[in-house]
Amino acid sequence: MRRQYIWIVGAVGLVGSALGARGAPPAMAGAISGKVTYTGTPPKMKPIDMAKEPSCAKQHATPVTTENVVTGPGNALGYVVVYISAGDPGSSAPSEAVRYDQKGCQYIPHVAVMQVSQPLEIYNDDQTSHNIHPLARVNPEWNKSQPIGAPPIHTTWEKPEFIPVKCNVHPWMHGWFLVLTTSHYAVTGEDGGFSVKGLPPGKYTLTAWQEQFGTQTQDVTISGTETKTVDFVFKARAY
Amino acid sequence: MGKLFAVVVVLITLVSAAIFASHIWWLPVDISAHGHAIDRQLTETMATSGALFVLSQLALAVFAWRYGDRKDGRKVTAFPGGVTPMVVLAVVLVGAEILALTFVGSKVWAGIYQAPPDPNSLQIDVQAEQFAFYFRYPGADGRFGSVHPERIDEASGNFFGLDPANDTTARDDIVVPTLGIPVNRPVLLTLRAKDVNHAFYVPELRIQQDFVPGLVIPLHFTATDTGKHEIVCTQLCGLGHYNMRAYVEVMSQPQFDQWLKERAAEQ
Repeated sequence: MRRQYIWIVGAVGLVGSALGARGAPPAMAGAISGKVTYTGTPPKMKPIDMAKEPSCAKQHATPVTTENVVTGPGNALGYVVVYISAGDPGSSAPSEAVRYDQKGCQYIPHVAVMQVSQPLEIYNDDQTSHNIHPLARVNPEWNKSQPIGAPPIHTTWEKPEFIPVKCNVHPWMHGWFLVLTTSHYAVTGEDGGFSVKGLPPGKYTLTAWQEQFGTQTQDVTISGTETKTVDFVFKARAY
Repeated sequence: MGKLFAVVVVLITLVSAAIFASHIWWLPVDISAHGHAIDRQLTETMATSGALFVLSQLALAVFAWRYGDRKDGRKVTAFPGGVTPMVVLAVVLVGAEILALTFVGSKVWAGIYQAPPDPNSLQIDVQAEQFAFYFRYPGADGRFGSVHPERIDEASGNFFGLDPANDTTARDDIVVPTLGIPVNRPVLLTLRAKDVNHAFYVPELRIQQDFVPGLVIPLHFTATDTGKHEIVCTQLCGLGHYNMRAYVEVMSQPQFDQWLKERAAEQ
């Protein structure tokens, strides 16, 4: 009876620690939030004409544009990935898969962030074939055809890398896989806002990455459960 | 059995000849200034090869009828008159036809493809890549920006590899995936390929020309009627070859000017 009790307690403890390793917020956790903006003139996004792919063209009531620089009101910058690049001891990958869609001949989301070894599921929701081609250099590069109605592609990336993604069938399709070692990251929306949560007290380096404007870093010290405000300003160039 | 075969062969021959003779299945409409020469050449080819086809099929039917069902059961093992005269006759006849078509056809082809373009042609630069066509107009300054293949970046829509940061002539270049052209005006395309061989084929324009990476190949024509037609790639260029197409839109000059203005505003 006593032996059985000990076994149960041990099992519960193991499950608990596994949950903790998967990113459950620690007892004392701070956060960093802020806004990413730009100065100068950003390049004009170009319209994408999908006339050659009518099944995709009819899904868009308004013209789709390139997404390499997405801006919002108040000089806000979207699709900027803000993450802890130093100071985070790292954590094992969550088992929840990151979903990446090919819909309307676009990659949704334009930038997908995942951890090393985290499952990635790639869907073709279109009535046309796609051929997804992540241009990896550190990880093994591959390209896979996904005809209409094909099952999702299940994969993982085993090394941290920022991987541009293209479609070998539709040259305008372009996206990113950002494979990070940290679970502490955020992607800005069109308002440029971000919030990186669940940070135990400590010294961190916070990096903001934008696909065309590069990276910026700031050192941040978190003590207690405070929320620090950190803003990033990128210098935009029209060309 | 031999007689039945002969009847079937005659039927197939007559029906297929009738389909072509009555133009039920014929060439698409011709909207080019030079197309009549191509069409005449195709018609001549079709008429001569068609006549040979009908004659040879009828001969086949005659022999099947005559020798197919011999009552004595003996097989015919020798050609009447001997094999050699027949082979020589066939080689001479077919050879003469092929040579004649080649000489006449080359003249027609060279008259279109080798002729110098009109100096007042509207010049449009074309980039072919797996699996799309892109077209570039020089913009307000009338000059094309220089191309730098290492700068090609599909993510930002830089399909030609322009350098607008350092090259001011590239800033107003208009890049679109549809070929808009004015009617009755000579057009000069310069064909470039980013990756592998492709082809520019518009049946209605009676134009077909390969793209070759590393070469800039001129191609000129004049469209004589307005309308929208498909441009297809006719060189197997990879997985998405079946999907490599664009459209040519032939417009009146005012419509074209307006169209180009709207496209320029989008750049």
